[in-house]
Amino acid sequence: MKKKTRTIKVDYLARVEGEGGLHIKVKNDEVVDVKLKIFEPPRFFEAFLRGRDYKEAPDITARICGICPVAYQMSTVHAMENAFGVQLDRPLRDLRRLLYCGEWIESHTLHIYMLHAPDFLGYPDAIQMAKDHREIVERGLKLKKAGNAIVSMLGGREIHPINVRVGGFYKLFSRQEFEPLIETLKWARDAALETVRWTSQLTFPEFEQDYEFVALRHPDEYPFNEGNIVSNKGLDINCSEYEDHFEEQHVEHSNALHSILKKRGAYFVGPMARYNLNFDRLSPLAQESALQSGLGKECRNPFKSISIRSIEVLYACDEALRILEAYEKPEQPFVTVEPREGIGYSCTEAPRGILYHHYRLDEKGIILEAKIVPPTSQNQKTIENDLKEFVPKYINLSKEELTWQCEQAVRNYDPCISCATHFLKLDIVHS
Amino acid sequence: MTQSVKKPKVAVWKFASCDGCQLSLLDCEDELLAVTEQIEIANFPEASRAVIKGPYDLSLVEGSITTPHDAERIQMVRSVSKFVITIGACATAGGIQALRNFKDVNEFISVVYASPDYISTLDKSTPISEHIKVDFELRGCPIDKMQLVEVISAFLKGRKPNTPAHSTCIDCKRRGTVCVMVSQGKMCMGPVTHSGCGALCPSYNRGCYGCFGPKETANTSSLSSWHKKQGSDNDEILRAFRGFNAYSEPFRKESELHEKENTND
Ligand code: SF4
Ligand code: SF4
Repeated sequence: MKKKTRTIKVDYLARVEGEGGLHIKVKNDEVVDVKLKIFEPPRFFEAFLRGRDYKEAPDITARICGICPVAYQMSTVHAMENAFGVQLDRPLRDLRRLLYCGEWIESHTLHIYMLHAPDFLGYPDAIQMAKDHREIVERGLKLKKAGNAIVSMLGGREIHPINVRVGGFYKLFSRQEFEPLIETLKWARDAALETVRWTSQLTFPEFEQDYEFVALRHPDEYPFNEGNIVSNKGLDINCSEYEDHFEEQHVEHSNALHSILKKRGAYFVGPMARYNLNFDRLSPLAQESALQSGLGKECRNPFKSISIRSIEVLYACDEALRILEAYEKPEQPFVTVEPREGIGYSCTEAPRGILYHHYRLDEKGIILEAKIVPPTSQNQKTIENDLKEFVPKYINLSKEELTWQCEQAVRNYDPCISCATHFLKLDIVHS
Repeated sequence: MTQSVKKPKVAVWKFASCDGCQLSLLDCEDELLAVTEQIEIANFPEASRAVIKGPYDLSLVEGSITTPHDAERIQMVRSVSKFVITIGACATAGGIQALRNFKDVNEFISVVYASPDYISTLDKSTPISEHIKVDFELRGCPIDKMQLVEVISAFLKGRKPNTPAHSTCIDCKRRGTVCVMVSQGKMCMGPVTHSGCGALCPSYNRGCYGCFGPKETANTSSLSSWHKKQGSDNDEILRAFRGFNAYSEPFRKESELHEKENTND
């Protein structure tokens, strides 16, 4: 019997945030090896956070990722507040949600229009796509800009916002100052509805797996900043118990740690996980639009993540408008924080999934120890598992097509490699 | 209007970084499609899977050099590029990851890695200019996107970019922000920080933390004594200079002085 061996190699994955490659080995139509390689150089955030003041932490951790700095700032401030026993009241809490809405809109729209849609429509990038679909790309850019408008006003600037502090914000805005933002977001909500319709008409490969979805779940909100960590296979824990249930593994081929559930292995975080676990917490408009577009309350096809991201963009526009319309300027931009010795935990929903932080601090609020687990390192194993299942089904495609499809399967997760490897880099075994 | 003139080929390269600076390019929502009519994005992996072969007329470089492999790769970038512009504090000063430069990198590795043997990293994070000739350096962590547009247009027209080197402090005065250091006693790096952000932080009621790096001829010691007078302790001042531009010469020297002071006590 003649053995046929094929290797699919993508040395440098495009349209993902950061540096990664893909290596798949196929023998007799069977996948013998899948490696998602991450070769971002180490930056050692956990190491140099030691000795820094808690007040500096949100500005420092933001630099782990330029695509989702708000998520890092949110997880950081919540962990510090947890350590110091600080609670924010409603209006400040709502403003944090508003800021997160901005990041979700901006980050998801970037992925939908600029990074993922070109795969479905057969273009190498959005700029080429714009030659045939200018209106669509322009709508995407404008929608992304609406998300950025929130972050740059409330946060001070789009990338690495400067207005977030432990205890709240440095500066607040009046209702009147927010007025133009409301107008922008009304347009954005319509554009998001259009986006849901548009993405639902794309063609999706048939592909489903029995995933364990992990996301936050809050008693009455679609999750951003707070909630228990839950899964569709019975997990339901407070974020302080995270390290009892999850474990990071050191794998040789990737510079990022693989995170697994101690009991069951690979799991899935991000928009699909949130959607499947929190459909009932979406706003009525988002629920209705999802059902109309044919998505259903549950969805296990990762290629459809583009549609789910669109639903989340719609939700974020809707939620931002709700917050702004109910907004009354709080008395104080922040609550007073008294540092004390202790440990703080937090988990918030970054655009790409749960982002866990844990700090140990001394009595002055100086950081003694830090641990950060970003979403992409949690999805890595699931991505590899997907490819193991996916490749045999499409093995008859030409090498060129199969390679592109595999890249697309990776991009389903919107992997943010800068995040995944903010601390761990291994030397890669070159083959 | 059709143009038969060949568009300049532009490449975007990434080294150790957070991707924020190259994202600034995609954040130019209003200008992006217009800009791409004037230049050909020939190699920009974060945005496109298509790669057009070099040489390139312009290379934008993000990130610092932290591995032996990257130290080689940057030489390759230089050899295929006519003009090299570094974008951001990582590429221009080594970035926040240059905090390792003041510590033992092996200890850093052991803090985060289960098997330190696998790690291949240099003991310092260094700016691009320590490795190759750089034609222009754009400041900021992140860069300001309008400054990026200015730098690209200047390049296209063959003129010098208009990115003033005065201090953030002066920008505050220009926009009429009340000084947060004088009026609220806040620590502020504005007097020694390079212009570029339009003095953002003070307009949000906080001191500047120096993300655009040192201005030309920064008087760091005078700022330190000012902070001391206002009640900051030596550690606070030390940390203020050990930020996103810690390895830039003026900030490095100033922080080292404070470090010495600590060990002398
Ligand atoms: S300079 Fe700052 S924003 Fe730019 S890549 Fe480096 S860390 Fe990110
Ligand atoms: S004021 Fe300073 S820290 Fe703030 S954005 Fe400007 S340069 Fe950066």
